[in-house]
Amino acid sequence: MSETATPSFPKHLLDFRDWSRRQVESLLETAQMMQEVLARPVKKVPALTGFTVATVFFEPSTRTRISFELAARRMSADVVSFSGTTSSTVKGETYRDTLRTLDQMGIDAYILRTDAAGVPYQAHSWLHKPVINAGDGWRAHPTQALLDAFTLREKLGSLEGKKIAIVGDILHSRVARSNAELLPMLGATVVACGPAPLLPGSLPGATLTTSLREALYEADAVMVLRLQKERMEKGLPPSLPEYIAAYQVNRERLGWARPGAPLLHPGPMNRDVELEGTLADSPQSLVERQVANGQAVRMAVLYHVLVGKS
Amino acid sequence: MKGDFLIKNAKLVDGRGVHGTADVLIGEGRILSLSGGEAPTVLDATGMILSPGFFDPHAHLREPGQEVKEDLQSGLTAAARGGYTDIVSMPNTTPVVDNAEIVAALKKKAAQIKQARLHPAAALTQGQEGKVLSEAHLLQAAGAVMLTDDGKTNEDAGVLAQGLLYAASWGLVVSVHAEDAGLRRNGVMNEGEVSFRLGLPGNTSYAESARIARDLEVVRYVRDRLANKVSARGLLHIQHLSTKRGLELIRQAKQEGLPITTEVGPHHLTLTDEALNGLNPIYKVAPPLRTQSDVEALIEGLLDGSIDCIGTDHAPHTQDEKELDLLRAPFGIPSLEVCWPLLYSELVEKRGFPLAVLVARFTDGPRRILGFPPLHLEEGAEASLVLWDPRSQRPVEPQTFASKAKFSPWAGWQLKGWPVCTLVEGRRVFALE
Ligand SMILES: [Zn+2]
Repeated sequence: MSETATPSFPKHLLDFRDWSRRQVESLLETAQMMQEVLARPVKKVPALTGFTVATVFFEPSTRTRISFELAARRMSADVVSFSGTTSSTVKGETYRDTLRTLDQMGIDAYILRTDAAGVPYQAHSWLHKPVINAGDGWRAHPTQALLDAFTLREKLGSLEGKKIAIVGDILHSRVARSNAELLPMLGATVVACGPAPLLPGSLPGATLTTSLREALYEADAVMVLRLQKERMEKGLPPSLPEYIAAYQVNRERLGWARPGAPLLHPGPMNRDVELEGTLADSPQSLVERQVANGQAVRMAVLYHVLVGKS
Repeated sequence: MKGDFLIKNAKLVDGRGVHGTADVLIGEGRILSLSGGEAPTVLDATGMILSPGFFDPHAHLREPGQEVKEDLQSGLTAAARGGYTDIVSMPNTTPVVDNAEIVAALKKKAAQIKQARLHPAAALTQGQEGKVLSEAHLLQAAGAVMLTDDGKTNEDAGVLAQGLLYAASWGLVVSVHAEDAGLRRNGVMNEGEVSFRLGLPGNTSYAESARIARDLEVVRYVRDRLANKVSARGLLHIQHLSTKRGLELIRQAKQEGLPITTEVGPHHLTLTDEALNGLNPIYKVAPPLRTQSDVEALIEGLLDGSIDCIGTDHAPHTQDEKELDLLRAPFGIPSLEVCWPLLYSELVEKRGFPLAVLVARFTDGPRRILGFPPLHLEEGAEASLVLWDPRSQRPVEPQTFASKAKFSPWAGWQLKGWPVCTLVEGRRVFALE
């Protein structure tokens, strides 16, 4: 294919700073093809034969790790994994030591998750190898945003002019930040909503509001975030009944959105806390679809950062 | 036109100014007409003044838990006698008003008492401990109109900031007792010549201004964090201002457009620390009585609008407690029943303070800080009113108070302007026999 038809891709996915709309759209098209692969009886292609991919999770997440590892294996890559906790990596240099050690073993790409914003950038500069950010602190979770966008496009078609509401603890959410970066690139407007102490002072790409009604009003889709226990222990929100009374997305409030507006949740979910449990199982819910699409999207990402053409 | 009650020849004064005399016909809870009509009850109010009901943003009614000092029945009755139709109760009771159930129970009980209307303030933090925020949304839904840890002084600026952010999500104002605990120490009166002479532990005026300075920075931060995500009116209300320096800081901040408001109590406008010369704990109050220069500054601030409203800080105690020594007696002065005649006499009569401005500080000012629309004397307006007599003169007699606290630093003062009749939504809750 010619240069103009095929955008070249960044050899990393740290966030979307280095990605253009065209590259993202092309990646989502690849994900569509990967989905077709996953629909086959034998869900395996040889695309990444000979490549070795490492999942390096300094912050645990079984779901995300499995999704990435299966994505790599389905494309015939070899996969190794490393788990560490922040307690074993007290100093920044420990990240570097760990990654450099792994790098001596012939890793071709790193899938990295940390509780600290920016580590994937550091890793990228240390390793000069493809790095895929699987979540860094509160900052970015680009594959989650990609799978959200993919799932939304599947349901809504184009995102051009669509209003997407994100509800919950925006301040501490990498999912919200990555979605606020990606969805406007695809033509959507994003309204992020939560109680004021859980909203950042500003969020590029999104309008912020404390009013759930305002956020959900005529929304084309609603993304609900997990309420983290850790925040509760620090007193924000002050109590579960309080949060439920004020910010739970329930059947009645979903009525403020456009009829049939799809519901997303990055999981894992606190049932009947941030989202009314029966809604999560309703036809409006895309929660399971998100998980299924996660794999296809991650296959596409791995393919692009390693092979680099569509 | 036919109504329930006709007040003839009353002079009208509301927050907008002094209007002419009118025959005010009241029915269906509203002012039906300003030009008379038929009513089964007619009151000749010649020489008297009709104003919107007073609104107290700051009173301690002691229920639940300290009913020996005051309860809803006595407190709301005292309020009605003082010309108040609405009153905000402070949450530092036992238990603390920090959950929706207590707020709802207070509202329900107050409604049955049928005196002044009660608007509970709830604690900003659970147990007023300054640590974990209270359930602002549920509290508001139950009827709370303000959040405050009054009595405590919000030591942790981070918690205050989170509280302001959270309260702003619900359009609730937070009010604070602005005293730096470290500077205040165990002061029982203003630190200055008088306290030095008497050998009493002082509480410097800088304890107030230092805390106000900090709080203003917190408000600045919160305002910036909020940007325009909420349509917050005021964010922070500074209670019972007592110092000239504190006022200067507030005036400056308001000129800059910071969303803050403040109130002043009747004692800080009429008494100084010289009153403590007689070593009588009746004058022991927090923040303490300051100096004449502070009093002058506060009156000036009340006039120019730097001070938004009058809050009584009505703080009843038992006689026995108030007769302890100056170190051990509790802080507080009961003032619901004398606040209006006191300030009318001392400010308007004696010093020429503009009457309409004083009325505004008793009515529009407190309503605005809490988000209630202004109440003016016009046809169709809610008939929550006070009729008062600028000519009547009589002494303050604490033993006749409806409040359980039968003491007053103003006992024996000859005051004018006593309320004659108070109406809440057209219903007479107080009428002088
Ligand atoms: Zn106080």
